[in-house]
Amino acid sequence: MNSSPHANRIAWKKLTRNPWTVLSLIFLVTMTLLAVFAPLVTHFSYEEQNIVEKLQTPSLRHWMGTDALGRDLYSRIIYGARMSLAVGAATAGIALVLGTGVGLLSGFFGGWIDRFFMRAVDLLTIFPSILLAILLMILIGRGFLGILLGLTFTAWVNHARLIRGQVLVLRELTFIESARALGAGPIRIMVFHLLPNLWGPILISLTVQIPTHIMAESFLSFIGLGIQPPYSSWGTLANEGFRAIQSFPYLILFPGGVLFLTLLALNDLGDGLKDVLDTRVDSRFSL
Amino acid sequence: MLVYFIKRLPGALITLFLLASSTFFLLRLAPGGPFDSDQMWPAEVQANILKKYELDQPVQTQFFHWLRDAVQGDLRESFQYLDRPVLEILRETLPISATVGGGALLLAITLGIPLGCLAAWKPGQLLDRIATFIAVSGISLPSYWVASLLILIFSIYLRWLPPALWENSGSWILPVVTLGWRPMGIVLRLTRTSMMEALASDYIRTALGKGLPLKNIIFKHALRNSLIPLVTTLGPLTANLLTGSFLVETVFQIPGMGKHFVQAILNRDYPLVMGVTLTYGVVLILSNLVVDTLYCWVDPRIRLGDNS
Repeated sequence: MNSSPHANRIAWKKLTRNPWTVLSLIFLVTMTLLAVFAPLVTHFSYEEQNIVEKLQTPSLRHWMGTDALGRDLYSRIIYGARMSLAVGAATAGIALVLGTGVGLLSGFFGGWIDRFFMRAVDLLTIFPSILLAILLMILIGRGFLGILLGLTFTAWVNHARLIRGQVLVLRELTFIESARALGAGPIRIMVFHLLPNLWGPILISLTVQIPTHIMAESFLSFIGLGIQPPYSSWGTLANEGFRAIQSFPYLILFPGGVLFLTLLALNDLGDGLKDVLDTRVDSRFSL
Repeated sequence: MLVYFIKRLPGALITLFLLASSTFFLLRLAPGGPFDSDQMWPAEVQANILKKYELDQPVQTQFFHWLRDAVQGDLRESFQYLDRPVLEILRETLPISATVGGGALLLAITLGIPLGCLAAWKPGQLLDRIATFIAVSGISLPSYWVASLLILIFSIYLRWLPPALWENSGSWILPVVTLGWRPMGIVLRLTRTSMMEALASDYIRTALGKGLPLKNIIFKHALRNSLIPLVTTLGPLTANLLTGSFLVETVFQIPGMGKHFVQAILNRDYPLVMGVTLTYGVVLILSNLVVDTLYCWVDPRIRLGDNS
């Protein structure tokens, strides 16, 4: 958990030793670039309807075929990637900031602050999460913001627990004691002494959170509660595809498949990072 | 053991109360009501309906009345399915959800644990690679996509199994596999990780040095010590599986409880939402109790009630 440039280089070397991890990285970078530069890499817009060319099977003109309204599926998947990746990254970002903050405060101060936050965490964990997400989405309104807040509401909880546990261990160590002896205040200790030692768990959390939220968004959109037309995400595309599964299976195979590969790459990268950063479980152990 | 359960009772009741009250009030915050409709009813009719269901009273009064009835075992009638008591709906749907969920749990445990052990035995080798891929795909496959693939292969092309409905004996296979795939991945991963840690410890080296049979070392010595993290996650997982999955029940058109988690909220069917939430809470508390007793069986050093 040393963050010196040298240690980072070693970690990077270790990470890229596994060809699958490298492949995952390449896939994710490509996917992100495609999503960001969507207008440049697609020939059709995501909402352009062309009834004459409806429900075509994949061809050179329409790489992944067209849907019931004649919209180009490849374009819709690339634009859908924007939505899905944005929801995943934004939810994870907010959840991590919130969770790190709560975990730091809770673990460092202890006492009633800790009790208060941990009660809140306990209460949120006993809720059926889907119930809470849907309630919040009704309150806020369907669409990007509704999903974002509906998911973040419970997303920070696990991360807060993780950080709190780490802080409980770290705050007893001598470097914190010496910082305190030198007169550093609580905020200085948290930001400059504890936080730099938490990048490992935060990074690992990130690779767990992003796929979880991408999955959750696609689930909500699949059941019709998430992203609303004309915008598309991988979940809404799968929803449209599922209705035509018998006659036009490619309409569900493509969006679901892209989602699967993305999540696979993210989870694989997460595993790789865990092996590199988490010294407790070393995969080199064998008999 | 009985003393322990009695000790846990107040905590469980407080949990249920918090769950019920926060759901109740959150639900009332949401715009729209159960009897909103496009056609305008005469004001008197509207007032009569609201009066019949006590919706014209302050929210806290409604809550205390609901609580009073619930304590006496009356969960009222559904707003959506008129004249159907919530208790009756739960009694019909929960067993179906629990069957599918139980099957999924069984699949997850009976496949996940042995595969996890095998993977941890020779890390990095072919078997481990395959097992790890299954595990990662378990948490990466969207369940609607699993359902789609299964329906495409087994219902549409091979015509072996029905694509939906809850009628004959083959109906449960596809839903169980769809629902169980993800927990199986989770179980496999957890088993593999903690198994590798256990296998690296000194007592295993001793056991190997003594020349004990490999099978015994893995399944008796190491497995038992690596089950703790798995058992911890099993509590919430069990509750989630047994109370039904909205997606699986919708896709396969199974008349289970999971679909009410979503439908009842959208319909503002307050009594049914409360019934479903309470059921989830009770199942969660019960599965956590079972998990606690499992701890003692897995690790006899843990004594119930010591940590509280």
